[in-house]
Amino acid sequence: MPKHDTPMLDELEKGPWPSFVSDLKRQAETHDECWDILGQMEMSYRDKITHWKHGGIVGVFGYGGGIVGRYSDMPKEFPGVEHFHTVRVAQPSGMYYSTKNLRDLMDLWGKYGSGMTNFHGSTGDLIFLGCRTEALEPLFWDLTHDLKQDLGGSGSNLRTPSCCLGESRCEWSCYDTQDICYALTMHYQDEVHRPAFPYKFKFKFSGCANDCVAAIARSDFAVIGTWKDDIQMDQAAVKEYMAGNYPSNAGAHADGDWGAFDIQKEVIDLCPTECMWMEGDELKIDNSECTRCMHCINVMPRALRPGKEKGATICIGAKAPILDGAQFATLVIPFAKVSKDNNYENIIDYIELIWDWWMEVGKNRERVGETIQRIGLPTFLSVMEVDPIPQHVREPRSNPYIFWKEEEVPGGWERDVDEFRRKHAA
Amino acid sequence: MGYDPKNPMEGRITDLGPHPYTDMMPPVIMANKGKWDYHEIVAPGVLLHVGDSGDTCYTVRIGSPRLISIEHVREMCDIADAHCEGFMRFTTRNNAEFMADSKEKCDALIEDLKSRGTKFPIGGTGACVTNIVHTQGWVHCHTPATDASGPVKCVMDDLFEYFGSMSLPAQVRIALACCLNMCGAVHASDIAILGIHRKPPMIDHKRITGVCELPLAVASCPLGAVKPAKTEVDGKEIKTVKVNAERCMFCGNCYTMCPAMPLADPEGDGIAILVGGKVSNRISAPKFSKLIIPFLPNTPPRWPEVTEVIRRILEVYAKDARKYERIGEWAERISWEKFFEKCDIPFTDKSIDDYRLAYDTWHTTAQFKYTNATDAYTK
Repeated sequence: MPKHDTPMLDELEKGPWPSFVSDLKRQAETHDECWDILGQMEMSYRDKITHWKHGGIVGVFGYGGGIVGRYSDMPKEFPGVEHFHTVRVAQPSGMYYSTKNLRDLMDLWGKYGSGMTNFHGSTGDLIFLGCRTEALEPLFWDLTHDLKQDLGGSGSNLRTPSCCLGESRCEWSCYDTQDICYALTMHYQDEVHRPAFPYKFKFKFSGCANDCVAAIARSDFAVIGTWKDDIQMDQAAVKEYMAGNYPSNAGAHADGDWGAFDIQKEVIDLCPTECMWMEGDELKIDNSECTRCMHCINVMPRALRPGKEKGATICIGAKAPILDGAQFATLVIPFAKVSKDNNYENIIDYIELIWDWWMEVGKNRERVGETIQRIGLPTFLSVMEVDPIPQHVREPRSNPYIFWKEEEVPGGWERDVDEFRRKHAA
Repeated sequence: MGYDPKNPMEGRITDLGPHPYTDMMPPVIMANKGKWDYHEIVAPGVLLHVGDSGDTCYTVRIGSPRLISIEHVREMCDIADAHCEGFMRFTTRNNAEFMADSKEKCDALIEDLKSRGTKFPIGGTGACVTNIVHTQGWVHCHTPATDASGPVKCVMDDLFEYFGSMSLPAQVRIALACCLNMCGAVHASDIAILGIHRKPPMIDHKRITGVCELPLAVASCPLGAVKPAKTEVDGKEIKTVKVNAERCMFCGNCYTMCPAMPLADPEGDGIAILVGGKVSNRISAPKFSKLIIPFLPNTPPRWPEVTEVIRRILEVYAKDARKYERIGEWAERISWEKFFEKCDIPFTDKSIDDYRLAYDTWHTTAQFKYTNATDAYTK
């Protein structure tokens, strides 16, 4: 039986998109607190304001993250959501699940929590939404002992790393995103669970420049797959596309009225570097001019493939706008091998150069991208032990205010003003 | 035995990390990992991947509200057990995917999904409007300026035809963040729905001493609008803060640091619309979303102002843009002045950047297009 009238939320049971309100009502049959979620949310719909209190520090012993405290500001009216803490469970790489594991997780959450979840949270974790403080330790016990699984990150720590599905089901992935994501998550368990940073730090691993996990927009350390040799080409398949036998862009535009495929208009003219042309009925690419944007490969996946010498570009410092404005990650390492053969040691070295510096100079609640802005990219490049190259900038600076170092100027900065005056009367 | 509150550290296990991904993938994925030849979208929401081995993997993608119950997940498990050898996955945009290794299994899977009402809509592939990445809103967050699940439901209801078809010039990625903290990272989306505040924080002098580190609250303001101050509470002088409201840009960072500075308000809060962002490096570099509508009121339960303007932008784009052109690429090609004219959106001073690095967005050329916005000069 509904505990509260929810006339406004009931409006959200209409329409073709699946309704979270209907779902909450279904869950309320076994989890009474779902009625109070609905009740409090209805009150927010009426009042046009949230009814959740600010924060509240809760967690499990020994961890500084993984649980986000949340309390209702109307606990008398909605006792089922008086405590409504979030539990972040680290997701498997690529977000594949066995139904056995999903059912175990759901049984666990049915036992200790509200029965509501997010698949998934913004950082990538599986989210259990809403449980009482006293349930946290028993939940964590069962999660670790019975399911052999763990919490993810929250607060000023390494947030749960995430990746696109990579080689598991994509022919474009330039490295095994799942494996490095899992390996580094395991390598840095201490950093995930025990906050020691100025602010949050995120790794995201995308297999190619299509960047399905939004690494360049959302991660402090973005590893984006690329290659350094030539695009692999199958001329016979190019002809099939031109003949209309293969669907362009893998069929992504099938319902549009776009006419017959036109390789000149749709591929060659849209190439951002104009490095492609037809010679007779053969497609040619000047690979030395290619910036590996993926457009031609996306349009003709059966004809074109990333090269064979694969690796990744590393961009650093993305974040959302709070506080100095949004930043995309900046290109720092043009090409790095990403291979389990060396246990990703070269990638780990880059990460630790960043952390050693940022933990020293970063201010409280300053993302590394903001630290780089404040202190300067030239300094950061020297921290990363890389030489500056034109690829680090979109264009050279247009102001002449260079921070010369004393050792760069012959004779240094110490001068004798009396000596100067002997030749230059004041 | 289980957790013993009297001996909380006894038998504790920590630092296990996520479940190894290698146990979580269907056999056809395991067998062909790293050896896929090509893929095709054979129908909206249905992907076919073909391995070098000749193996086939059919994937059916379905929409999900993201906020889902354990009963909903169990129902998805039933489907995966019946058709997909007990495996499934989720996408980075909150869709769910079922994989089958033959066309016959795929057909049976689709039939099963379609038989379950509106719970599992098939789509979200190719040149479509796929699922909306979003945040918690009023269902769970303490800082929102709008709800998340509700507006998402309304927009997806309204644009449902575009979820299950592939008729747009390119993919359109919509995202919603319920405040400027942007847990939903809407700063690089084709269309961004962003909750914003418009009233400066109140100061709860009675509570500030107990809940707030004053120097952190002062330092939290990017514009120096929060200053130390003194006031009297119950006849006693206390240290507190004051806010220079003229300097406030309503970012809410002070409230994040100090619970005694709430700023949410039914009239003050609402939604801004930004467009033209993208994450992918395809053709053009990643772009930020740009603010085109500074404020729409919160109008639960169906947010008609928000759904109307998004549909309007989408339909103009669908008609006007070239194949492969994302909304931001289209707007840049036709010029932003034409974008505002074509979409019939009034341009206001709120779309002119006056924060840091603002100058980068100003028009420092004599090249522009005449539109209805220049009529006052030309007519």
